[in-house]
Amino acid sequence: MSALSPGRTHYLDHAATTPMVDAAIDELRSRLGDVGNASSLHASGRRARRLVEEAREQLAAALGARPSEVVFTAGGTEADNLAVKGLFWARDGRRLLTTAGEHHAVLDPVDWLARHEGAEVELLPIDDTGALRLDALAAALDRDPGSVAAMSCMWVNNEVGTVQPLAAAAALAHAHGVPVHTDAVQTIGHLPVDLADLEVDALSISGHKVGGPQGVGALLVRRELDLVPLLHGGGQERDVRSGTADVAGICAFAVAVDHAVQRRATQAPQLRRLRDSLVAGIRAAVPDVVLNGPPVAAGEAARAPGIAHLTFPGCDGDALLMLLDAQGVECSTGSACTAGVPQPSHVLLAMGADDAAARSSLRFSLGHDSTQADIDAAVAAIGPVVERARSAGLAATGRR
Amino acid sequence: MRVLAAMSGGVDSAVAAARAVDAGHDVTGIHLALSRRPQSYRTGGRGCCTIEDAGDARRAADVLGIPFYVWDLSERFHTDVVEDFVEEYRAGRTPNPCLRCNEKIKFAAVLDRALALGFDAVATGHYAQVVDGPAGRELHRAVDSAKDQSYVLGVLTAEQLAHALFPLGDTAKAQVRAEAADRGLALADKPDSHDVCFIADGDTAGFLRARLGERPGDVVDESGERLGGHDGSYAYTIGQRRRLRIGAPAADGHPRYVLNIEPVSGTVTVGPHAGLAVDCLDAVAARWCGPPPDAAGGSLTCTVQLRAHGEPVPARLAMADEPGAVQLHLDSPAHGIAPGQAAVVYLGTLVVGSATIARTHRAVSV
Repeated sequence: MSALSPGRTHYLDHAATTPMVDAAIDELRSRLGDVGNASSLHASGRRARRLVEEAREQLAAALGARPSEVVFTAGGTEADNLAVKGLFWARDGRRLLTTAGEHHAVLDPVDWLARHEGAEVELLPIDDTGALRLDALAAALDRDPGSVAAMSCMWVNNEVGTVQPLAAAAALAHAHGVPVHTDAVQTIGHLPVDLADLEVDALSISGHKVGGPQGVGALLVRRELDLVPLLHGGGQERDVRSGTADVAGICAFAVAVDHAVQRRATQAPQLRRLRDSLVAGIRAAVPDVVLNGPPVAAGEAARAPGIAHLTFPGCDGDALLMLLDAQGVECSTGSACTAGVPQPSHVLLAMGADDAAARSSLRFSLGHDSTQADIDAAVAAIGPVVERARSAGLAATGRR
Repeated sequence: MRVLAAMSGGVDSAVAAARAVDAGHDVTGIHLALSRRPQSYRTGGRGCCTIEDAGDARRAADVLGIPFYVWDLSERFHTDVVEDFVEEYRAGRTPNPCLRCNEKIKFAAVLDRALALGFDAVATGHYAQVVDGPAGRELHRAVDSAKDQSYVLGVLTAEQLAHALFPLGDTAKAQVRAEAADRGLALADKPDSHDVCFIADGDTAGFLRARLGERPGDVVDESGERLGGHDGSYAYTIGQRRRLRIGAPAADGHPRYVLNIEPVSGTVTVGPHAGLAVDCLDAVAARWCGPPPDAAGGSLTCTVQLRAHGEPVPARLAMADEPGAVQLHLDSPAHGIAPGQAAVVYLGTLVVGSATIARTHRAVSV
């Protein structure tokens, strides 16, 4: 059906999912026909197990982890749930510290733990650039550190692209003996990641955000850290995660992670250049556009190279998205779709934006196959699109 | 034309969108999210604003191969339809929220936004017909009189009609269902929606009690004698016979009906069926679907429909002095007509316009 065959689009939503890299596609294809349960004892099973373990070693090496620290999951959301719930259940403390700008894969589990398991959740404030306020974390830790089960702080914000002060936050938590989890789903391939050099105890990653397949991810977790499993039934992954290993997916995932890490040093500056070109082009067409996140003066270390989050005053983000979509330019409002209804971004609200600004925003996110032609298409479209969305915004305000 | 198809997740709006595609239009599907807490509205096949309904609409758009989005109209809907509904009951009137939704949401908020975004028209699954007449576009009843929804569209102005598409107006409902099945739309056998979509359990009195509180008042007969009490006059509507909570029957043994609701005191007056008969209606806020009717001769001979599935009643329409005010003289008395209801004026199948009933007069000498 024609509706299912992708047309030629300018895909600027890589933070949602990024195309698989050829090496990962080749790897996945080459494994799909193989028989073998990695838990079986015969030759086919041993072959499957060997592939999983080689993938584990490849992935661990790419991220500075030990192979035994890699727990494969069905994606980033499961990894986040395993870390947050698994740590809470394994430890005595009732308090969970996390930030107001987390992904829903962390916010919803902690909220669930608060409602069903007696957790006391403290959503630490973020500042107007989207960064965790370390003073608030320090104050929360100082109040009875023994009662804190875990601290979870994302590494790169998925909506705005703000790089969190993760190392400093982790040091504060560790000074009180509090284990640290980080959602690094948007980090791999964009920032250098070396678990050996990083004071975190658990780190979530996802296949489809790095050029691997959807439906596979991992929690990298220190051997000495106890986690209560979410899924029981076989204990395949270190007894922390059960379920038959997705051999082909895991192999392709590891290839993609390796690929992303190896190309990072050359890709990051390219993405920055394209992103800056995008922001400059949009600013020329729409002078009152606001770039959200860290100010340019904060330097490149403060923001992810591939994300530009912009507020278009007077426009409805949903209208902008629809109009750009009609022209083949694909981006995101950055807002979660709660119960099918678009909600204003909780990240922008936590950064102090009002409801109107939060609803007037778009996220453009670039990735490994982004080109100047994609940027040019977005820049060419944005002026008329904003003008039209603005008049629709006015129409919505005027009452009959 | 670039057409925005409002898709509720029901069979009618899906087939309407399909027909707009077949007609060669460039169609985009939208589902209107009318509550930010969709579970608070009706669930299953009975509503128009649940997550399941949004999913059904999305799947229909997939089958049609058209883009699909959810538009959040929850604030406008809450203000213009839900609050209006509650306020009308507070004032002792009986509103029609579907009519208000068409007037304020589908053919105002949505249409305005659609036009501003570059669309030419909004298509819905309403059963009504728009035809080109000598003086512009005309709104007519649907061919399927059992499904005709021109009553709830009687609030549309000529300008709104100029941008409205009702692709189902020439077809019977049974055929629409069959067509949906033929087109491979999974919602072909989904039940029709009924009642007020934003009252989850169908308990209108409970919904109003939660918002208006208990407002005790008296139930009296036509002479003013107290027969009983109630917790809120909003639980009553003109013409109601059941649940009057007055215990003993009338002296003559005949059933009694709600004849009048006095909103300030909350007094509910009951009496015999004959007391419901009215033949003169004062109505306000008239809206014309085309040029204002020519009542130069003093009045216009027409028919008027007084409730969503009511029969058309022969009548004469006269313009009153105040702007937007009209008087309707019914040829024979009608019963159970409540202020707040819409009177929709027809010439044959043509919808002339509508007005909101403000006062009714008893047929004293018919």
